[in-house]
Amino acid sequence: MRVVIDSEKCQGHGRCFALAPELFESDDLGQGLVIGDGQVAPGQAQAAHLAEQNCPEYAISLVE
Amino acid sequence: MSNPPVEDFATDFDHTDPRWVADPYPIWDDLRERCPVAHTNRYGGAWLPTRHADVTAIAHDTDHFTSRTVVVGNGRPTEEAPPAPIGVAPPITSDPPFHSHARRLLQPVFAPARVDALEPYVRELCGRLLDPFVGSSSIDASLDFAEHIPVAVISKMLGFPEEDGEIFRGFVHEILEAVDLPQEERFERFAPIEEYFVARIEEHQADPQDDLTTFLLNAEIGGQPLAPEHVFGSMVLLIVAGIDTTWSALGASIWHLAQHPEDLERLIAEPTLLPVAIEEFLRAYAPVTMARLVIEDLDFEGCPMRKDDWVLLSFPAANRDPEVFEDADKVIIDRAVNRHAAFGLGIHRCLGSNLARMELRVALEEWLARFGSFTLSNPEAVEWSQGQVRGPRVLPITLG
Ligand code: HEM
Ligand code: SF4
Repeated sequence: MRVVIDSEKCQGHGRCFALAPELFESDDLGQGLVIGDGQVAPGQAQAAHLAEQNCPEYAISLVE
Repeated sequence: MSNPPVEDFATDFDHTDPRWVADPYPIWDDLRERCPVAHTNRYGGAWLPTRHADVTAIAHDTDHFTSRTVVVGNGRPTEEAPPAPIGVAPPITSDPPFHSHARRLLQPVFAPARVDALEPYVRELCGRLLDPFVGSSSIDASLDFAEHIPVAVISKMLGFPEEDGEIFRGFVHEILEAVDLPQEERFERFAPIEEYFVARIEEHQADPQDDLTTFLLNAEIGGQPLAPEHVFGSMVLLIVAGIDTTWSALGASIWHLAQHPEDLERLIAEPTLLPVAIEEFLRAYAPVTMARLVIEDLDFEGCPMRKDDWVLLSFPAANRDPEVFEDADKVIIDRAVNRHAAFGLGIHRCLGSNLARMELRVALEEWLARFGSFTLSNPEAVEWSQGQVRGPRVLPITLG
């Protein structure tokens, strides 16, 4: 599983990097960025789902 | 001065009605069921969506809804205010495509890393405010604590004297709460505000500092320095947008904890839950409602919206929509799934959201570190603000 941000939708609410700092970070402007290729390690699945479910702009998706 | 009482909120709503000011949630819940886009002839015509989906759709639709003014009043801004796309207070009053330039300029200043650097200052400030009350039996959580924090932080960022906080709070009141005054009188009240800022701008021009004022004075868009109205407008915006809002959110959080000892005990036992609880307080007691103006006649969900009608964009009502939030009317401090819209939706997402969250967390941490048990001294004595920013302005708390 990988996490993906739709940068057209992201408005920098910052929920993703607060809830799943292993998977997301902020750029210099405060917009969300996926770290690396977004691969979700086994221990990170819950954090990935939380980020997806808390993004106010529905900008995050989990893909196989 | 107050408006005539509301007959039916579906056809005659007024956000300054005393019932709305005291407790708006049952009003919105009722409207969501019965008339999800309410209307009023007051203020020259206004609409009120209460469903999350409708609030989202309007917030995202900058082609049909302008941000030229975001505070509902009796007049229309057309003649007095600089026209879109810049507006009086960029970026909040700007529309695309200008909006993204004005916003981008400020984004780095409010990005997480820059905000984190201010945390020690906020912690020291909170300690300074609270320490005198350790050992006393009461405190006003609004007047003695919450209202002082955001104003000191933004003064520090802009490079203004910390003690000018009192002056700013007066400005914010003039701009946000005086909505039922005639437009002309509101403009008159704006004069001292302009005077204050022009004086600070001139000081900074003569003697540049490492602060946000000098940053704005040196900033450029497309190789051109910002127009003086832009610099002034953005400064006013930062004062107005940052103060009442954060003060309200902090006050509402303390108001909640004062009445829910089980939540208070849990937060003291599990401090790591605090950020999750803060998101829930932001959802349930979202302080900020914005406005849009309809650009041209359109039909929205069967409602005949006319050019220059207001839309009261209630993020707080959206946050209570049971379609999106389970047990929407309950405050659940460990709510794990919480896509709330307290900081808005779409291109105007609150630029200060990282700062506001940090201020809320640090302020609550410092409060809880000193006061492990507290209650409302007198629920009747709590006073809520009127207007588009909702929060307790008087909040007497009994300690111990
Ligand atoms: C809990 C506290 C706060 C809440 C609930 C809040 C809420 C909001 C909301 C809902 C918007 C969207 C406006 C719209 O759609 O028209 C907004 C915009 C904005 N806020 Fe905040 N705010 C808070 C604190 C702050 C702070 C501390 C600052 C900065 C010092 C700030 C600066 C701004 C700015 C500059 C905008 C305009 C962004 C744009 O138009 O692109 N806010 N805020
Ligand atoms: S939570 Fe959503 S909107 Fe916010 S930064 Fe992450 S992806 Fe962007």
